[in-house]
Amino acid sequence: MADDRERAEILVTGVHKRINDAFQVFDHDLNKTVDVREIGAIVRSLGCFPTEAELLDIIDEVEEPNGFICFERFLPTMSKILMENKFRPIPEDTLLTAFEVLDQQKKGHLEPNELTEYMRQGDEPFTQLEMEEMLSSAVEPDSNLIYYKDFVNMMVLDGER
Amino acid sequence: MKAAILIQGWFRRYMARLEMRRRYTWSIFQSIEYAGEQDQLQLSSFFSFMLDNFTHLNGSGPDLISQLLDPVVDPWLGRETRYELIPVAESYSGPRISFPLSVSHTNSLVNAFKEHQTLHARYALQLLWETKKLLKQMPNIVHMSTSYAKEITICGDLHGHLDDLLLIFYKNGLPSAETPYVFNGDFVDRGKQSTEVVLILFAYLLLYPTHMHLNRGNHEDHIMNLRYGFTKEVMQKYKTHGREILQLFQDVFSLLPIATVIDSKVLIVHGGISDQTDLDFLNSIERQKVKSALRLPRRSLEEPDVSRPYKQTHGPRPGSSHSRRQRPLAQTKRKRHRGLSRQDSGSSSSSSPSSSSSSLCSSRTPPCLPPRPCASPPPPIVPFSVDGLQVPFLDSLASLPPPSPPRVEREWKQMVDVLWSDPKPQDGCTPNTFRGGGCYYGPDVTQRLLRHHGYQLLIRSHECKQEGYEICHGGNVITIFSASNYYEEGSNRGAYVKLGQDLLPRFYQYQVSRTTRKLTLTQRVRAAEGSALRALQEKLFSHRSELLTGFLPFDHNNTGFVSVGEWAQVLETVLRLDLPWRTLRPHLARLAPDGSVEYLSCFDCMGPGLHPPQVTPNLAETLVRYRTDLELIFNIIDKDHSGLISLDEFRHTWRLFSGHLGVALDDGAIDALARSIDFNKDGSIDFTEFLEAFRVVHKLDKDH
Repeated sequence: MADDRERAEILVTGVHKRINDAFQVFDHDLNKTVDVREIGAIVRSLGCFPTEAELLDIIDEVEEPNGFICFERFLPTMSKILMENKFRPIPEDTLLTAFEVLDQQKKGHLEPNELTEYMRQGDEPFTQLEMEEMLSSAVEPDSNLIYYKDFVNMMVLDGER
Repeated sequence: MKAAILIQGWFRRYMARLEMRRRYTWSIFQSIEYAGEQDQLQLSSFFSFMLDNFTHLNGSGPDLISQLLDPVVDPWLGRETRYELIPVAESYSGPRISFPLSVSHTNSLVNAFKEHQTLHARYALQLLWETKKLLKQMPNIVHMSTSYAKEITICGDLHGHLDDLLLIFYKNGLPSAETPYVFNGDFVDRGKQSTEVVLILFAYLLLYPTHMHLNRGNHEDHIMNLRYGFTKEVMQKYKTHGREILQLFQDVFSLLPIATVIDSKVLIVHGGISDQTDLDFLNSIERQKVKSALRLPRRSLEEPDVSRPYKQTHGPRPGSSHSRRQRPLAQTKRKRHRGLSRQDSGSSSSSSPSSSSSSLCSSRTPPCLPPRPCASPPPPIVPFSVDGLQVPFLDSLASLPPPSPPRVEREWKQMVDVLWSDPKPQDGCTPNTFRGGGCYYGPDVTQRLLRHHGYQLLIRSHECKQEGYEICHGGNVITIFSASNYYEEGSNRGAYVKLGQDLLPRFYQYQVSRTTRKLTLTQRVRAAEGSALRALQEKLFSHRSELLTGFLPFDHNNTGFVSVGEWAQVLETVLRLDLPWRTLRPHLARLAPDGSVEYLSCFDCMGPGLHPPQVTPNLAETLVRYRTDLELIFNIIDKDHSGLISLDEFRHTWRLFSGHLGVALDDGAIDALARSIDFNKDGSIDFTEFLEAFRVVHKLDKDH
């Protein structure tokens, strides 16, 4: 019993430390606050996939009036998210399937303007900047096509680090 | 479509991770850089130690070290025309210049350097000589006006990045009456083309003395140059006349003006200010007397031993996370004190009476770990001599200098403050904890100084910024940094700022790209990250014994495993780098199935190459740690630049160096090592090869 509790404590401490590490990377002035615009990056780097709307909910919970987020308020909220495994990451094959769905003609690749059109859809379309970034990583320079299988492979490899 | 939304969400997560990697890569580079600048004092004190105790390394007259470090006598006095005696071969295809310089000369220089040509020593010396003559006529603080030209362009650190300088000239125009420039110091060191950068700047200075202005930076300093690459670069490019050229550079650097003021409203200095900065006083001193910020002026013998208390409080480094966590209200910015922070401890050990076992110990160990083995207890504080002529073989006590007037120290401090200080967000001025220069100045300090002189803006450089520039202190301070990709390809942009008659700053950013194909963000981050991690692994490796000692309390049974938390804690305490260790852990150490860290795997990164049995872990660690310093020393000893030094020289140098460091190695081990390196048994060692073996490789990085 005591073991269980100890293990639980260690687990919680581990989670806290992970959050602290991630927070620290964006805390420029080292005063335990980050700009509210960074919170998306922090949450996602901890392995969670909230939508923009869900992210706004998180921000609502923790934001200070001056537009900053301080660690003391962020920690409990984020810990809960991590412990409950909310906003789970997307498995690789699901991702691949998603691309295949977009590739209606089953060509094995997508054209840049095709992908752009899709990414500009939905409740939270890509910004110009996001689109540029995706295209620059995804487009194969010689053919000017997006071989999404390779793209997914490459990104997942990187993303797992 | 649901598929599209899925992809959007996933990609955003990927970008967030990329951004995080970019940030901690930056943190790694920056913290190692600042930590390295503190370590550099080690080398300086070693040289002083060598000067104090040994003069003839090769048994043939005053050696390069004394020539480089003790230029009391100006060898050029009365020999102004010496450069004319240097013949220029017909076959020399580089630029030929004559004085007074014309635009065609500067153009040919720029073009030649673009083609990677080297300017002949004869012309280099002449150029430097002319520059020296010109600078002598200039005041310490130079005044400029915007009424002559549309805009004045101010550039920051270049650090030998010729490509960045050429890019600036391309985008903004070459220096001229219509395009005046101010270059705010740190032209040399670190980059590989410092010589070209600085010669171009001097050439334009000579061509347009009223439209081209250069401020001195903290790297326009011969001791910094020894450590950070400029000395080596010059010696490699100028095999015959390198020493003379370096000598002249030293003079010219110390003659560079300290500050530039535009329209009596904008102050431009390299580092910044302190709460003691007195510009009128600064303008009155003889600036060329301060040859190097790292050589303290003579201290009075009667002065109380102020430095001793610092030895005891020396445990945690000031500004380190350790002390900060204990004082949450202090809220000091994440910075490392610049290289001057350990002058006292440095000077004390280096000027100890000649005993080969004097050591620079206890200054680097945190309080929780036992100090490194010292052959002798820390020596008593002895004043540190600079200008006193060193007489060889006499008892060191006899060469103690006479007491120095307080004015000399004040002059030195004023100069050093201006060249080394950094702004901080909080009010106040935190001087360096140890007696020395450089401090952190707050918005109130800036405000006060600006108001006192009726200025409205301070432009400074000295710190690398990701976007090439940064504004702080409510708009009163601008940091401008002009060396893009400073830490690594893709690490940061460079920038310059232009001021017109309205004195409103306009920023221009750029980034030099080595490859013609534009790298994706992913590729850039990956490359920079790889480089940062390698540097970090090297740091770990070179502190192996201290780290192992640190792990001991957490691993009594010597299992080789500690928890992640303990691992991070030890690393932070020993290395004193404020980094997100848990996030970095996957790149640095292996995990056991139960989630604990196999801490020995941190050190699994030694390269292939020679591993003679004499290379104990202790020796390997020391060699990795001081590889740069050793390389420098070997280069200096290697007078004919053959890449080889004799066994005797090797043994001698190594003994000196290890004695100074307090590394316990017996003569037998060194001898055996020396003989084992001499592969072809001809009595000489290819030290480049030797040192290459102690370069760390990226073992955990399987995929790149």
